[in-house]
Amino acid sequence: MRYVKPESFEAAATLLRDEDGTSRILAGGTDVLVQLKAEMVEPDLMVDMKHLPGMRDIAAENGGFRVGAAVSGAEMGEHTALKAMWPGVVEGVELIGSSQVQSRATMAGNLCTGSPAGDSVPAMVTAGAVARVQSPDGVRDVPVIDIPTGPGKNSLAKGEFITSIFLPARPDNASDAYLRFIPRTEMDIAVSSAAVSLELDGNGVVATAHVAVGAVAPTVLLVKDAGDALIGSKLDDAAIASLVSVVEAACNPITDKRGTIEFRTKTAGVLAKRAAHIAYARAGGQA
Amino acid sequence: MKTIPVETTINGDSTEFLCQPDESLLDVLRDRLGMTGAKEGCGTGDCGACSVMLDGRLVCACLVLGVEAQGAEVETIEGMANGEELHPLQRVFVEEAALQCGVCTPGILVAAKALLEKNPDPTDTEVRYWLAGNLCRCTGYDKIIKAVQTAAAEMRSA
Repeated sequence: MRYVKPESFEAAATLLRDEDGTSRILAGGTDVLVQLKAEMVEPDLMVDMKHLPGMRDIAAENGGFRVGAAVSGAEMGEHTALKAMWPGVVEGVELIGSSQVQSRATMAGNLCTGSPAGDSVPAMVTAGAVARVQSPDGVRDVPVIDIPTGPGKNSLAKGEFITSIFLPARPDNASDAYLRFIPRTEMDIAVSSAAVSLELDGNGVVATAHVAVGAVAPTVLLVKDAGDALIGSKLDDAAIASLVSVVEAACNPITDKRGTIEFRTKTAGVLAKRAAHIAYARAGGQA
Repeated sequence: MKTIPVETTINGDSTEFLCQPDESLLDVLRDRLGMTGAKEGCGTGDCGACSVMLDGRLVCACLVLGVEAQGAEVETIEGMANGEELHPLQRVFVEEAALQCGVCTPGILVAAKALLEKNPDPTDTEVRYWLAGNLCRCTGYDKIIKAVQTAAAEMRSA
């Protein structure tokens, strides 16, 4: 295995494109080094880009924040302004792994690893987050929802990688929340999960809403009708009932050792309901 | 594979080593530098027995490549005592028997020290969550939590 620290993103993209063997990108390493240890993969090329400009930075941009692809969960959790603007995104990131893993694990890595249960992904999706993708031909911006394509798979081509994730500005009276179900209190993989991001008008009525669920389909799902079910309401019982039924209908999970189809479907609806109430309260709404 | 020269700082001492590009920091510490305080429990970031500090952050040394230590500051359990004088956490763990087999202990001490530097007066719940990535199969954790709290109280009044 060759270990390379390229001098630029362009050089990294070219290097990755031209590699005939297996390559891996090293950011937090919390998945890649496990794959090495388990001999699931024997890369010919390991590209470490943590030193490149912006990779370790959280920068204010157009009223939102650009989070470098090598920023750790712990660094996001310590960033007061980011946490105030996107509490649901940050609480999702902070649920990943132990204190040790938090020091290294990244939001971009959690996205690219392609787990349907990735804890940072649903809230990034409801936030309308956009990944900046470097390719050998240049740079493009891709909505986060379009990155994962199935368990362990993503839409990035050979030579492409994420350099940062942009969380856009959000209006006043708006917030988000993320919840997951696990059978214990810490250090586990979501059985199901839900994120809600919403914006209120001056009267506490939901003006816009986005709902995403995790671990109930091959990828995280943005459930457009579920967000629409909340619009125009103050989260009254009828709106919540509609949200829950739309979320349940959108679920397409598997049964495995962590949960059955029925259990995942039921809990996804419950989590969406609870996350909606938390986001609503954070946005300043009074039911 | 070609070995790579790495210059780093470990427990305040400038250190140079050669390692393979796919070799973990844990293997470098244990097999090349003879620092066997950090243990390999799982090798996959689940157990925390290899906890060390990397540039002021608590990490599993098994989830860091040795080459990533280039230019970094590494702190291990070997640097925790001041000569013969144990760190308060180390001494209280001995006094209160907060260990049995001891394999998890170096990692727990490094992790607990990192917590108390961030949060000198944690609740029991905060200690338990912070140490959730440090598995102990002997003690049942209760004595560990109590020892961390005893040491924390002592360090606050020092």
